Amino acid sequence: MLRKQAVTTTKMLGAAVALTLGSALPLHAADSSDPIIIPIHNWNSQIVMSNVVGQIFEEMGANVEYVSTDSQAVYEAVRNGDVTLELEVWEGAFGAAFNAAMEKGGIVDAGDHNAVTREDWWYPDYVAELCPGLPSWEALNGCAAMFATPETGDSGRFLGGPVDWLKHDQERVDALGMNFKVVNAGSASALWAELAAAKKRGEPIVLFNWTPNFIEAVHPGAFIEFPEHQPGCDKDPALGPNPNATYDCANPPNGYLKKAAWDGMAEKWPAAFATLQKISFTNPQIAEMAKLVDVDEFEPEEAASEWLAANEDVWKAWIQ
Amino acid sequence: MSKVVAPGSELKSAGKLNIGLLLIALAILLVVLKPYLPEFLIRLPALLVVPFADAINFLFFFIKDDLGFIHVTRAIAGGVESLLDVTANLLYGKRRWPRIGPIPWTTIALTAGCIGYALGGWRLALLGVGTFCWAALMGQWKWTMETMSVIVVAVPVAVLIGLLLGVAAWRSTRFEKVISPLLNVAQSLPHFAYMIPVVVFIGVGPKSGAIVTIIFAVPPMVRMTLLGLRKVPPEVVESGQMCGSTKWQLLRNVRIPTARTEILVGVNQVIMQSLAMVVLASFIGMPGLGQKLLQLLQSLKIGRSIEIGITIVLLAIMLDRFSKAWAHRQPTHHERGTSWITRHKLFLIWVLLVAATLLLSTVFPLAAEIGRRQAFTLSKEFDAIVDWGLTFIDPVTLSIRAFLITQVLVPMRDAYLWLPFSAVITLFAGIGWYIGGRKSALICVAYVALIALSGWWDRAMITAYMVSAAVVLSALIGLPLGTWASRKASRAERVLLVCDTMQTFPSFIYLIPVIMLFGVNDVAAIAAVIVFGCVPMTRYTIEGLRGVPENLIEASDMSGANRWQKLRTVSFPMAVPTIMVGLNQTVMFSLFMVIIAAFIGTQDLGQEMQRALSSTDVGKGLVLGLCVAFMGLMVDHLITRWGSERQKLLGLSQ
Repeated sequence: MLRKQAVTTTKMLGAAVALTLGSALPLHAADSSDPIIIPIHNWNSQIVMSNVVGQIFEEMGANVEYVSTDSQAVYEAVRNGDVTLELEVWEGAFGAAFNAAMEKGGIVDAGDHNAVTREDWWYPDYVAELCPGLPSWEALNGCAAMFATPETGDSGRFLGGPVDWLKHDQERVDALGMNFKVVNAGSASALWAELAAAKKRGEPIVLFNWTPNFIEAVHPGAFIEFPEHQPGCDKDPALGPNPNATYDCANPPNGYLKKAAWDGMAEKWPAAFATLQKISFTNPQIAEMAKLVDVDEFEPEEAASEWLAANEDVWKAWIQ
Repeated sequence: MSKVVAPGSELKSAGKLNIGLLLIALAILLVVLKPYLPEFLIRLPALLVVPFADAINFLFFFIKDDLGFIHVTRAIAGGVESLLDVTANLLYGKRRWPRIGPIPWTTIALTAGCIGYALGGWRLALLGVGTFCWAALMGQWKWTMETMSVIVVAVPVAVLIGLLLGVAAWRSTRFEKVISPLLNVAQSLPHFAYMIPVVVFIGVGPKSGAIVTIIFAVPPMVRMTLLGLRKVPPEVVESGQMCGSTKWQLLRNVRIPTARTEILVGVNQVIMQSLAMVVLASFIGMPGLGQKLLQLLQSLKIGRSIEIGITIVLLAIMLDRFSKAWAHRQPTHHERGTSWITRHKLFLIWVLLVAATLLLSTVFPLAAEIGRRQAFTLSKEFDAIVDWGLTFIDPVTLSIRAFLITQVLVPMRDAYLWLPFSAVITLFAGIGWYIGGRKSALICVAYVALIALSGWWDRAMITAYMVSAAVVLSALIGLPLGTWASRKASRAERVLLVCDTMQTFPSFIYLIPVIMLFGVNDVAAIAAVIVFGCVPMTRYTIEGLRGVPENLIEASDMSGANRWQKLRTVSFPMAVPTIMVGLNQTVMFSLFMVIIAAFIGTQDLGQEMQRALSSTDVGKGLVLGLCVAFMGLMVDHLITRWGSERQKLLGLSQ
């Protein structure tokens, strides 16, 4: 009951803020003047997006600060209120950490972006010429020998992401009876370095990748088509082509991209929290943000200003 | 050189050798008999693995939550944060008290120039101005200042804590006994092991970056303070006592000033340790150059990350030379009656320069701040150089890579993993006994046994395999290189400068080209470790060979020895103790670097450490860190012991 009342109050405050904004007064009685702390990680779309949202908050009169954190450890920081929110909760990569934090309490789900995410096996375009039949996984398996490296012997090598990203590539290889071995890179940088070197030599490579991601702009490519994703494929052996194994189908092609916030945010910065709930970026918008930094060589904060200037109609609606 | 050894000790050392050899033979026997060994001698039974991690976690959370220690640490962090806010405002204009920053870059560059001139004349003045001009012109000013804002807080705090602990250890033998082994462990723990507890107790952000830097930088300060205070001659103290000084006055006015050089060497080490943390601490929220570097590497912008690497190297070399000049500087004395203006000429010049630059920046904004858009960049050139280099070496590395992996490294790794753990323990007991008698044997057994008990045996063996391969190759590169460089003074100086640069250049940048050449595998990891590991080997070989007394060389010249004979029979034997210090450092550097090589992709302790960091698992992180530390400490013990025996033989010790 009390909680519901608090929510109603928040809504009213939000409305009040909207009114003040409408009359173009920069004064917000409701929001605290303490800085809203936005965590940034080590990939550019997230950094630009954080700067975009930070500048929107500043436009609303809030104080904003950025802090760089590990993308897994950040959920603990959100729970403790050390950082105020998180703008990119990827279903595949951080769903587990986010759910664990939700169970412990202190963090709230601030809604999904319009954008969807996909994380799966991927190859750069030139590999399709070397192995016709791609993107089907059966065709890939037929070319396995082509992907062999000294450490994998006769089997093909799949270059996976760091082990702490908790992908189940080895399980999938076993479940589908593929002639591949999984080698885990230690960081995203390692993935891109290998990709760049392989492309330069014209060597076939298949590796872990995701979208939206800057790499699409630099190295075009495609995802491998595994047996269609079915919810529960990771738990129920009956699902997927192999009746005796789990993980025998693709990762979800439309994973969520969520926003999360510290549960004290709604009370301390009601207007900003209301805006955060409305914020929703699309895949092309995120790709555009990443491109401003990765291709056009803007600094993230400049890229954010550029983006805001070019897309006023998009974000003005979120602060009404 | 005649060996002067007492007859009794000859006998004793013969016994020592025999038992040592016996144990080594037993180890070999265990290896040969492996197929017949019972399972519990091959791998420690899972039942005996001690859940150290759970115990540590229990203890940490008990201290943190039940004892409420989190409030203490958060209060300390609050104190550090308020200091950081001041420097952040002054250096890059963060909106905090005193709200007067940011100071224009021209002011800071010229201030550094004045400090450099005061400490060491024109050369250092140029170094100071040049470093900051580079940072400003390359458009890295804000990040450099973000880094500096943490360094200028972390260094004084670490120096103060180090001094206090050092004095306490000097005053109380009991305290020294407690703190000495702790310092040993602290100095051999990989960087990441420090970070997890800091995240638990402090959280993330600049304050955590500062605190982890402080913790990492304190140990050498404690050691140098203790060393300095111990070396104060009793005569000096007596003369202080004769003046009727109190204990406190003696310490403040007599002992600490006399120990000045050692203490300032300690300050130098604190600065270097802090700079080594610049990149790594950004994993837990340290802003600035390190953070930017990781972001750039993530999007594979090598040229721009090299620019940042150069800034970090310049900062490190500048601060290193400044603090060394300060350590060696003798106080200046003016003649009586010199006017105030003459005595404070430099200070007045500095005040004028500050005023001038402040004024200038109000007229020309470029003198206050150079934005990224107006800045220069060499990234295209660096990219081209790296690309050219890679294209050039690629055919070579590609052809040796398959051989190295299939013929050398994989068999070596399998062999290390194949070894029964009982054989490894016995082997190190034997080596320990052979070198240092029963006590050393027990120490080695304790270290190896603890690693086995931790349950990380296989991972530790993979780390050991990579480190031993890297150390051997580093020695094969460093020894000849150092020998060659030591033949001429000017050449030695140049090579030592390269060593300084390589040591302070952020190791993360090496990882990328190494992956491009070798791929994600152990060869790449080992190559990255070697880049770092051959630095101390080269450095100490140069210093050892150049330190050989002139008269010995002359004596061998007179007896008609040629260059090779001289090297083999005179210089090398004399330089061996120093070279062994270099070997010891190479092992330490390699152990640290192999953990960082987890970012390439390894299957050793480093990979698990990375996992522990991302899941904030304090217990696991510390246990893994201690496994690495124990390997380092064991090698350190053996080499130090061997070195002191050797010095006794050479008649070098008192």
